[in-house]
Parts: sequence; C-alpha cells; structure tokens
Amino acid sequence: MTHPVRGKAACVGLATAGVGEAPGRNAMEIMVEAVHKALDDAQIPLSQVDGLFAATAFHSMASMSLAEHLGIQPKFSDGSNIGGSSFMAHALMAAMALDYGLIDVAVIAYGSNQKTAGGFKSISEPMPYEAKYGPRNPLTAYALAAGRYMHEFGATREHLAHVAVSARQWANLNPEAVMRGDLSVEDVLAARMISDPLGKLDCCLVTDGAAAIVMTRADRAKDGPKTPVYLLGSAMEHHHRMISAMPSLTTTAAAKSGPRAFEMAGYGAKDMDTAQLYDAFTINTILFLEDLGFCAKGEGKDFVTGGRIAPGGELPVNTNGGGLSCVHPGMYGLFVMIEAIRQIRWSAGDDEGAREEGGWIPDTRLCVAHGNGGVLSSQVTTVWGHGDTL
Amino acid sequence: MTDYFSGPGPEGRFKAYLAEGKFMIQRSASTGEHVFYPRTINPGTGEADLEWVEASGDGTVYATTVTRQRPEKGGDYNIALVDLAEGPRMMARVEGIAPDQVAIGMKVKAKIGESGGEPAVIFEPASANGEG
Repeated sequence: MTHPVRGKAACVGLATAGVGEAPGRNAMEIMVEAVHKALDDAQIPLSQVDGLFAATAFHSMASMSLAEHLGIQPKFSDGSNIGGSSFMAHALMAAMALDYGLIDVAVIAYGSNQKTAGGFKSISEPMPYEAKYGPRNPLTAYALAAGRYMHEFGATREHLAHVAVSARQWANLNPEAVMRGDLSVEDVLAARMISDPLGKLDCCLVTDGAAAIVMTRADRAKDGPKTPVYLLGSAMEHHHRMISAMPSLTTTAAAKSGPRAFEMAGYGAKDMDTAQLYDAFTINTILFLEDLGFCAKGEGKDFVTGGRIAPGGELPVNTNGGGLSCVHPGMYGLFVMIEAIRQIRWSAGDDEGAREEGGWIPDTRLCVAHGNGGVLSSQVTTVWGHGDTL
Repeated sequence: MTDYFSGPGPEGRFKAYLAEGKFMIQRSASTGEHVFYPRTINPGTGEADLEWVEASGDGTVYATTVTRQRPEKGGDYNIALVDLAEGPRMMARVEGIAPDQVAIGMKVKAKIGESGGEPAVIFEPASANGEG
C-alpha cells in the first residue's frame, strides 16, 4: 500500500548564499538572501509563504527570528533542532503540513557565518558525564567511532582517506565547491593528526553558507518554472545524544531510518542514481553506505576504494564535493538535500549552472539525501524523485 | 521511608559519592540491570526503582582516541569509552600509560581521580602490561 505522504509534496525552488566566506554579513542576512533566491527560483512571492522551518547555531528560535526578518506571519512554524539532519526532518514535517492543507507554501532555511565570525559555532550544552574528560565534540565522538570501526572490521586510515579523496575529486568538477585541487590518499594520511585516527583532512570544512528550499503540494508543483522534485520517502530515528550512550559505534540509527524511508518511497538503495550522505567526517560515508543498504556491514571500507564512489565510479556519492570539500557551515543537511534535488533537475533539463564534465550525472531520477546530526545521533533519510518516479 | 523522588537527584548523589571517594552506579530492582549515567527512572522501562550500588571498577576499553594538543597547552591526552563489568558504558580517561598505548579490549580498573577540576572516575590498566 502506498504511504499517504509519499510524493504529496515537492521541492519547487532552491538556492544557496554566502557559500565559503560571507565577510561582513551575518547568519540571518545570508539566510534571508538564500530564501529570497529560492523563492525567485520557484517564482513564488514571499507573501505566499505560510509555513516556515529553520534551525541554526546562531538563533535559539530560528523560525521566529527568520519570519520576523522576512516580515511574514507563518501559520505553521517549526524550529526543531536535531543537529545537521534537522532539515530532512523539516522536509518531512513540511510535506505533512502541506498534505493536510495546513499550509500552501513551505520554506526550509539555514544560515551560518561561522567561518568569518571566528570558527566552528555550536549552541550545544556540555555533555553531562562526558565534559569533564575534555572531549572536543563533535570531533572526539567521530574519532572514537572511526577507531572502533577500524578495530571491528580491519579497516585502515587508507580506507578512510579514499572517502576524502573521492569527495575532492567531485569538488574538482564543481566550481561552487570551496576546497579544490589535487588530493591523494598520501596527502590525507600525512595531514596533521587531530584526534586519532582522524587527521585534518578526515574532517569537514569550516565555512560560511546559507541555503533554502521551497516546497508545495504536488497539485501545484508543476506550475512553476523549475522541474518539481518530489519527496518520495522520509524517516527519522535517533538512539542517543552522547557518544557514550550510542549502543554500537559502528551501526547508526540510519540502519532504521533508511529502510523505512525506502519503504515509503517504494524504491531501494539499488535504485538510487546518486547517494548524498552527510559527510562531516570520512567515517560517516562508510557507515551510511552500510546502514542505508548500499553494502553489508563491514564492507563499506572496501566499497569506498577503487574509485567506486568517485567521478566515473559505479555509485556517485556526494557529487558536490560533500562536507569534506564543498561546503560545511556547521549544519550541512540542507545542502545535502539541495545537491540531490539539483542532480535530478539538471537531468530533467533545468539550468543548474556549469560543472566540469561528469559533475552532473545524466539520467538521474532518484536520489537519497541522508542527514546526520549530533554525534552520529540523529539520522534522517529522505528519498527524492523526478515526477516519472511517482 | 522517604519518597523516591525526594532529596538530591541522581546527578547530585553521584557527585556526592564521588566526593567521598566512591564510584557508585545504579541498578534497577525490577530488571536487575545496571545503569550509567545516573538516571531518574530506569531507562527504557520507566520503573522508579533505581538503587545505588558500588561499581566493581572493572572495565574493558571499547573505544579510544588521542586528543592531540600542543605541549604548551598540556599535551596529548586520552579519551576512552569503557564498558563496565556490570554492563553500562561510560566516557573516561585511561591514565598510567601513554595516551596512544590505550587499546580497544584492554582491561582497566577504576580509581577516583580528578579531571576538569573535580573528582572523576579515571581508569588505569588493570595490570602492568594491560592484559590483566
């Protein structure tokens, strides 16, 4: 039986702003710029926006602050913050609110000027029972998971390095990516160690950046100038807040959210034309490839080698260059969804800007965009599809 | 008999025990399972039946990392996740051994030390060669 939320809402506009560095502009200002450009992309006036979703590390009540700055009065507002995966959760809630007729136009937004404002920005409280030992979260948590993964499955730092190298190769095809240039496995291994086994190039970028998407019900999604991209499936799950409370450091809640999202979509991992996976650290990509079913547990270390997830490989993964090489302004989830949606739009003939040969993937109809939040904590999977896939 | 919810909460009690030099964890009377970190009710089942018991202090390193830090700021230090013999897992530091010599599977023993300016559970290798 088809799930009642499947395909009921679509992304009809999107934009990013301030990607990389946005000197002199604050987090709200670049977020509003992204909203303005996304609405222009959708050709929907601001006055029609009646559902607003936002989360940042700069605003305790982001959707209220954003609505006020925009000068709108949303009928449905949500600022739920479950870390970098918040925006995938917002997409599910937006689809439900649209489908129930509570709203007609939803905007999901994010903005951060952490790079030009002084570095990594978090509003996380210190973790009780952990903070006294001096963890540098989120880094420490991911280092512990990476080390445990290596122990259980015989993985090496070289395996992790292949994730960073593949991401950089995608970034080299994307003029919008912040970090470009040659990168070898040896370069990744030689980078300064930060928290064993993770070196500097196993870690995501610290950048500025804002993003926004516009969603409407399927019945009016075709009215706009851009190819609508439908939310076919979405599911969330979290198992812990602190890394010390994570049941297994080598299996994330994506092993639960992924199958439910795919079931809702009516498609499986094997049907995905690209996989956009929240890569805050190199270990993420490996864990999510396994947990979402692209390979078996323990096989991710080999799956990422041999160029399999790089340009020209059998599974295009993180085709914008990912959080490792494209952009990572603190909470990266909205950018993950945008890349999934843009690949589908480009294949449908929309103008998505120029990329080097191979940077856009022909015949892309289905993409998974998977979000991660906290310390491998909150996992939200979304499956996006072209109208032909409905 | 005082009410289960009266008096200091679990965090306050845990810290008070630590200040007395005791590493105490909880056990659910209904399930018999041990609990850490200190909870208000039994996680998962919701029973208000957590009792305090002294931890054996025996543990096994489940995961470990070396936080790299410049010498002038104090140098590298260890952070580990330790599985207690009673079942629960906790974050802690393993001392008495170089930070990069702490290994997954190593048997460790708890002591009450100090970290972050307050009493803390610190682990040391259970034997000189860590195989204890």
